[in-house]
Amino acid sequence: MVAREGTTVNEILRTEGLTKEYGKKVAVSDVSISVNEGDVIGIMGPSGSGKSTFFRLINMLEPPTKGTVVLDGKEISTSDSDVHMTRRKMALVLQKPAAMNRSVFNNIAFGLQLRGIEDEEVERRVTDYLGRLGLAESKERNARSLSGGEMQRMCFARSVIVEPKLILLDEFTANLDPQNISILENAVRDFVKRGDAAAMIITHNPFQAKRLCDRSVLMMDGEFIEQGETSKIFSSPSDERTKAFVSGEMVF
Amino acid sequence: MVDVITYDVVQVTILSLYVSGSATILGALIGVPLGAAIGLKEFGGKGLLKTITYTMYGFPPVISGLFIYYVFSRAGPLGDFGILFTPTAMILAQTLLVIPLVAGVTISSVSEVDRNIKNTVLSLGASDRQATFTVIKEAWVGVITAVMIGFGRAIAEVGAAYMVGGNIEGKTRVLTTAIMLETRMGHFEYAIGLGVVLLIVACGVFLFMRWLQERELL
Ligand SMILES: Nc1ncnc2c1ncn2[C@@H]1O[C@H](COP(=O)(O)OP(=O)(O)OP(=O)(O)O)[C@@H](O)[C@H]1O
Ligand SMILES: [Mg+2]
Repeated sequence: MVAREGTTVNEILRTEGLTKEYGKKVAVSDVSISVNEGDVIGIMGPSGSGKSTFFRLINMLEPPTKGTVVLDGKEISTSDSDVHMTRRKMALVLQKPAAMNRSVFNNIAFGLQLRGIEDEEVERRVTDYLGRLGLAESKERNARSLSGGEMQRMCFARSVIVEPKLILLDEFTANLDPQNISILENAVRDFVKRGDAAAMIITHNPFQAKRLCDRSVLMMDGEFIEQGETSKIFSSPSDERTKAFVSGEMVF
Repeated sequence: MVDVITYDVVQVTILSLYVSGSATILGALIGVPLGAAIGLKEFGGKGLLKTITYTMYGFPPVISGLFIYYVFSRAGPLGDFGILFTPTAMILAQTLLVIPLVAGVTISSVSEVDRNIKNTVLSLGASDRQATFTVIKEAWVGVITAVMIGFGRAIAEVGAAYMVGGNIEGKTRVLTTAIMLETRMGHFEYAIGLGVVLLIVACGVFLFMRWLQERELL
């Protein structure tokens, strides 16, 4: 994003040489990126290219084999005793939605309650999000009984409601109908409109990347083979592999 | 015929419940966190530890009794406590039998909770302890089952209770040891009668737990 006159744009996240090996398999290989406030960054790439692993590394759910993650100016590590406090600055919506065996309300309230927010405030904010994501009528239902689309909206609300600096969305609209997709995409726009937050979005849909993301990266075999303005990646790819990937993805 | 039994059956029943109930609670307090830790943490030797826990399902009560007997016998390392032939010794011996069962069933139940749940909870900002607690809650039905199986084993065993309790009338006589005594003395009717009491007590506790569970009080 271009800095407005007289303001500085703060960096929220930086990874340097991030690498993750599972035995011989290199899932993420020497990946570096910088994410500023207001950014919406798309992560694309074929299945198994390491996108979800990259998110888990950023979220400190697994230690990297090599490399560093700098969040809000501070290098973080899974072995920090306060890693969960650091993690509270981010929110990860996992590729596979998971509901806790409790009501929709209590699922969405979970992160707020962990942060010791008062009941009235929790009630107010959860009700607000339930309304925004069209879940008001499902408030008291057990979250496990939700439909796929409702579940994805709930998982999204549950993560965004804690107002993280950085939200990591792993295929958050996969398998959804156009209406659900547009509800969630608008919610992402609202989220970054705040100005001091950023989003990273793993998607297999280049049109979604174009709609939402100023910048995108293309991942292949664990590496970032392309990084730049989203439209440029599609119009003038620099890497041969990108061309092959792009032409394949654009055909429906 | 009734006058052949000189001891108080009600008291024997209560002692059975007290000894096995305490052993179950103690065993659960140790076994549930242990099982959750083994099931949820990644560490070297995890597979081996799981195998050992499952193998201990078959741990013979007599061996548990022997161990406690040795440890608390006058010449043993903890002999000064003088708890041999008291209900406390019986509780400890039964606790040893309950722990692996509770831990083992807890391992399987928490492992069945979607791995994504733990990651979800962590990513929402939970500490490791809070995440573990939440997963145990997700596995609650399994954990309760684990505790019930533990109680079933404790109330039904006779070897450990006899070895470290001694079947002392009015002091350490429980239902199973009383049944053994009556059978040996040829009082089959009484043995069977006590057996029915044991059956009712054991099944009654299970039914009560089920009842609580169905009303979501547990
Ligand atoms: N815990 C693990 N142990 C071993 N290998 C793993 C593990 N997690 C991921 N991998 C491997 O790392 C590679 C990258 O996986 P990842 O899930 O990050 O891919 P992805 O880009 O998200 O794919 P998709 O688009 O299908 O979701 C895959 O080959 C995967 O099998
Ligand atoms: Mg993935």
